[in-house]
Amino acid sequence: MTDFEHLKRIASQVRRDIVRMVHARQSGHPGGSLGCADLMTLLYFDHLRIKAPAFEMNGTGEDIFFLSNGHISPAFYSVLARKGYFPVSELATFRAIESRLQGHPTTHEGLPGVRMSSGSLGQGLSVAIGAANAKKLNHDKYLVYVLMGDGEQQEGQVWEAAMYAGSRKTDNLIAMIDYNHKQIDGPVDEVMPLGDLKAKYEAFGWKVTDVDGNHMEALSEQLENCRKSAFHGFPQILLMKTEMGQGVDFMMGTHKWHGVAPNDEQLEKALSQLKETLGDY
Amino acid sequence: MKFTIQNHKDTRSGFGDGLFELGKENDKVVALCADLTGSMKMDAFAKAFPDRFFQTGIAEANMMGIAAGMTIGGMIPFTGTFANFSTGRVYDQIRQSIAYSEKNVKICASHAGLTLGEDGATHQILEDIGLMRMLPGMTVVVPCDYNQTKAAVKTIAAHNGPVYLRFGRPKVPNFTPVNQTFELGKALVYQEGSDVSILATGHLVWEALQAADLLTQKGISAEVINITTIKPLDETAILKSVSKTKCLITAEEHQLFGGLGETVAGLLAQNTPYPMEMVAVKDQFGQSGTPEQLMKHYQLDAAAIIKAAEKVLSRK
Repeated sequence: MTDFEHLKRIASQVRRDIVRMVHARQSGHPGGSLGCADLMTLLYFDHLRIKAPAFEMNGTGEDIFFLSNGHISPAFYSVLARKGYFPVSELATFRAIESRLQGHPTTHEGLPGVRMSSGSLGQGLSVAIGAANAKKLNHDKYLVYVLMGDGEQQEGQVWEAAMYAGSRKTDNLIAMIDYNHKQIDGPVDEVMPLGDLKAKYEAFGWKVTDVDGNHMEALSEQLENCRKSAFHGFPQILLMKTEMGQGVDFMMGTHKWHGVAPNDEQLEKALSQLKETLGDY
Repeated sequence: MKFTIQNHKDTRSGFGDGLFELGKENDKVVALCADLTGSMKMDAFAKAFPDRFFQTGIAEANMMGIAAGMTIGGMIPFTGTFANFSTGRVYDQIRQSIAYSEKNVKICASHAGLTLGEDGATHQILEDIGLMRMLPGMTVVVPCDYNQTKAAVKTIAAHNGPVYLRFGRPKVPNFTPVNQTFELGKALVYQEGSDVSILATGHLVWEALQAADLLTQKGISAEVINITTIKPLDETAILKSVSKTKCLITAEEHQLFGGLGETVAGLLAQNTPYPMEMVAVKDQFGQSGTPEQLMKHYQLDAAAIIKAAEKVLSRK
């Protein structure tokens, strides 16, 4: 039985980590990171069947997660550290010189928990399909997960991959879209509308489910449903309606905190809204 | 070493035959192709190992990403498409998902250079060596004939790391030993000489050997070296040769910018510079024509090498 109150306490700490990391370096992407904190917490502390804190690049015999929208690295790094892949104190090195916590996630510095570099958008779905193909060749019954941004759906490679997974029935793959309707230049519907994303993925042969990405119980239920529907001949995707900046009131409802760091005053205001539950790093 | 032509074969068939043999030896080897299975000579692999062959359709970016992902499960993916679509079209995918992510993908590229012929400049990439050698950690291999390409396929599978393997379309002289062992990063001295070093790669190696014969008749002793690997470059072999001959020529089916010539020039500039001439395409796009016509037009044949040799000797 999932203890959602416990998970929500972790998510609160993850959000604190996010704003503190971005504030410390005055650089990074707090908006999307906060919006995905619930998902990332749920995945790493409940849903994914992983061997943490042990980490092996090949991911054999465990679920594999890829972050395609690499700019929300603060959320990724926080859950990886809190899960024990590396010391929580290392979060203090985010975006600093000679850190394993690069601006965007990379395998290059050997950070446990990261299996691909991401940042240049549109590439993660293809990599996830590859990992899913390899799992099938290896008769490995665990699943592959990938998170993408909504603005990222504007990249052509995403649709190459969507076509492939649909036609090749990549049914050990669960994709998720952080659908906050915002990107750097403004609302997605103004910058480059995505149209009916659900209908588009369905037309490519995917099973598509809408879910509130900031409602942990609902998200958990849909992730479980996806797991049950795996290996049924179709790829699956969750369109997660999220709020950019979720959890910090002045960062919500706007695209302006996509890639802007809070100042000292704003940090204090943000932290006053986020309970310290696991101890700050 | 005196070479004789065993037959005329395309280097892409060396790739296809090598891949097929590799598939029999190693069940971790997988192949991906973007709608060019026949042109890439990957049919035998696809037919023999359907579970390990992945047709991606005309979607090269996705192909590179899938290949990168498959390495995570321990596979050794070989991607196959034309050189243009293997490099320029998917540069960012290779840079981030393969090179920076340190994935063990073998990027195998046919129809490189001018000799794909009549399709013209859209397909005749002359910049791929430069693009690939600029990527940290990328190995760049350019074998010279069928036998060598076949051997190189097996060698790169045993190397842990991303590799770019460049080969071509036309049937050309097949003259290197059958069942040779290909060694990454090792330049091969095919003819010893004392007056001028000719460093050639790919299809230009045979032309360099022809040029060396003709130069001998003119009383010029040319040393011919096959640069099978552009990166890592066999610096020791090159410096040893030029310290003897005191002048050199590079010859390649590639732009002068970024190719073998500039690579070697950089090496010499940081060691001991000697007079040097470069047989390469000089900041131009190609065009339609037969391979022979194009190599003559863009001065990438034995005659061009002889001309360059005479010029560089006059600068000594």
